[in-house]
Amino acid sequence: MEQTIKSGVYKLLEKVGDQVNFFLSFVRHLLRKGFEWNEFLRQCFIIGYKSFPLIAVTGFILGFVLTLQSLPTLKDFGAASYVPGMVSVSVVREIGPVIIALISAGKIASSIGAELGSMKVTEQISAMEVSSADPIQYLVVTRILACTFMIPLLTLMADAISLFGGFVGSNLDNKVSLHLYFNKAFNALAFSDLFPGVIKTVFFGFAIGFIGCYHGYHSNRGTESVGHAANSAVVSASLWIIILDGIAVQLTNIFAYN
Amino acid sequence: MQDELTIETKQATEAKTDDNNIVIKVEHLQKSFEDNKVLKDINLTLCKGENLVVLGRSGQGKSVTIQCIVGLLDYDEGSLKVFGKEIKELLEDELKEIRLKLGFLFQSGALYDSMTVRENLSFPLTRVLKMKDDSKINQEVEDVLDAVGLKDAIDKMPGDLSGGMRKRIGLARTLILKPAIMLYDEPTTGLDPITSKEISQLIMDLRKKYQTSSIIITHDLACAKITGDRILVLHEGKFIAEGSYKDLEKSQDERVNSFFK
Repeated sequence: MEQTIKSGVYKLLEKVGDQVNFFLSFVRHLLRKGFEWNEFLRQCFIIGYKSFPLIAVTGFILGFVLTLQSLPTLKDFGAASYVPGMVSVSVVREIGPVIIALISAGKIASSIGAELGSMKVTEQISAMEVSSADPIQYLVVTRILACTFMIPLLTLMADAISLFGGFVGSNLDNKVSLHLYFNKAFNALAFSDLFPGVIKTVFFGFAIGFIGCYHGYHSNRGTESVGHAANSAVVSASLWIIILDGIAVQLTNIFAYN
Repeated sequence: MQDELTIETKQATEAKTDDNNIVIKVEHLQKSFEDNKVLKDINLTLCKGENLVVLGRSGQGKSVTIQCIVGLLDYDEGSLKVFGKEIKELLEDELKEIRLKLGFLFQSGALYDSMTVRENLSFPLTRVLKMKDDSKINQEVEDVLDAVGLKDAIDKMPGDLSGGMRKRIGLARTLILKPAIMLYDEPTTGLDPITSKEISQLIMDLRKKYQTSSIIITHDLACAKITGDRILVLHEGKFIAEGSYKDLEKSQDERVNSFFK
């Protein structure tokens, strides 16, 4: 029993050490000359543009369902006019960033994990290393930065689509003009709602890129490890998003609302 | 061709006697993976212009040996010098410099599968040699593709290539940096006998053209016969025999003899 606990702790510490080492390696290569702009833009296209349909549908459903679920209750209290404000505050402040980050973790972290894992298994990463090219700079730095840059943009777009989903949901019950709906939605929002929501998505994006790259880059030899890398990337990234959100909410409460 | 081989073998043997001509020197190399000691006591020298074949069954540590040479794996004990520099003691940038002189052909070719053949070949030129002139890059790419006989495949994706073609392109990508030493990891594995022979012949042609020294890891006797000036037989993490193909063919050692039966 004692031995099992010891070995468990040892493995955990080893993993933490590995991740810290990988992070330091990322920082070192980020500061090096010769940033891979083309690969960075290609990754932005893959992560941003190719994820957009999924994010758009998710955002729309989010606003739509939130409206349909809350409208009957608020109507009972004669507060149906508060629905746009309620949807906008909850989507922009919390639900949008977290749900979009979790969806992105499923799509992007798994795809990065599988891609790098497969490159590792087929010795493509080793081939880069032995040719004196820099796989961290080419593969890791570009992907992490593309995630860090694109996830906030995707979240902002999803937030906007979500509000539109709320508008469609409201119109199923009662006719509301687009202008009036968005007027009410934006009136309820303050800078202190938008800013923390956007800032935390930067960290979510970094976590998704970093964890996807870490698991892919450290996958073992063998095809099974590619699946394992993709799976671990999604699980770890999702967990980190929840943890980071908890921290972000506490910090927001301290700095923005007090 | 046999005459040419004899001359080359003679040159390599003469070169071996001169210590200044040694490009790789491995002494008492040991490597373990947890409790499994894969390399027990590896000693080898590679001389300038020589083709050294390491022959052995699967799982004997052949690939581990060359991965240690190129710095992909750390070794536990012993000494491993490339161009007189101990690999283990090199800093990252120094190791990069040494790697520029080493070419490594992976078993699978290890082509970057999201890039075309042209992009695969220009990758080391733009990233490592920092070349920027597109016309110069294209010229280099075409020249090296011509050398491996695959000029027509320039705009194909790796997924569209056969196993033999992938190895040729992998070889071209390695040669484009004009290495002084080539390390071949099972260059003929998984190929039909005709393609295997073509690859073995290509190794010889490229040695002549690019003046490389090579270590060829294989368990393919035909490849060893065509490419090897000197053959080392690896068994359970140690070399148990050394000599030319003809010498080893006559060996009385059952472990060596079993290859030639």
